[in-house]
Amino acid sequence: MVALTLNPIDMSSVVSKLTTPETGGIDVFIGTTRNHSDGRQVDLLEYEAFEPMALELLEDLERRARKQWPLHRVAIIHRIGKVPIGEASVVIGVSASHRREAFEACRFLIDTLKKEVPIWKREHFADGTVEWSGSKTITMNHEP
Amino acid sequence: MRVRLRLFANAKDLAGFDDRTVELSDDARAAEVLEYLSRSNPEFLEWRKSLRVAVNRRYVSDDYVLKENDEVAVIPPVSGG
Repeated sequence: MVALTLNPIDMSSVVSKLTTPETGGIDVFIGTTRNHSDGRQVDLLEYEAFEPMALELLEDLERRARKQWPLHRVAIIHRIGKVPIGEASVVIGVSASHRREAFEACRFLIDTLKKEVPIWKREHFADGTVEWSGSKTITMNHEP
Repeated sequence: MRVRLRLFANAKDLAGFDDRTVELSDDARAAEVLEYLSRSNPEFLEWRKSLRVAVNRRYVSDDYVLKENDEVAVIPPVSGG
């Protein structure tokens, strides 16, 4: 299951959907919005997505993970729009029979999401400036 | 040929638009949209290496051959998560 949402992510509902009778372990990664970036204070984050492409790529990520590991359920939910500091901007949950595949698949999903999925973060700094994340290093490596 | 050009994040801010139909040469390849943008804003040239192009919602290489009515998106370095 993949989704983009303008609303806060309900963690307990995500976890309850991941549980199946066969499940022996659930791994959940929660990315949260932090209040600093390169030593500057951040007041608010905002996410933009090329939504249809982002959803297709998230579905493709789920397929790739399922090919590589025997997984029960997969959830990838990313927030878009304004996200206050300290809230979840992304939640990735994976259930499997054993913890090893749950951990590995979860890590693969978040790492690949950050490299490939067309979602962008805009930081609203305390000094009033607003910048797209990574825009200063745009001619260099674009690892987030 | 005409294609639909979509811009996002800082590419959109730099160009000043996010969705426009543009006229390219009939044998245009994906890289031509970056040349199109560079003509009105040379900063796109500096960025070239970090910009990716997606056609009809799939990443393509610079030499991908475009077709009439393709949706061509310029994808700046992504920063989700």
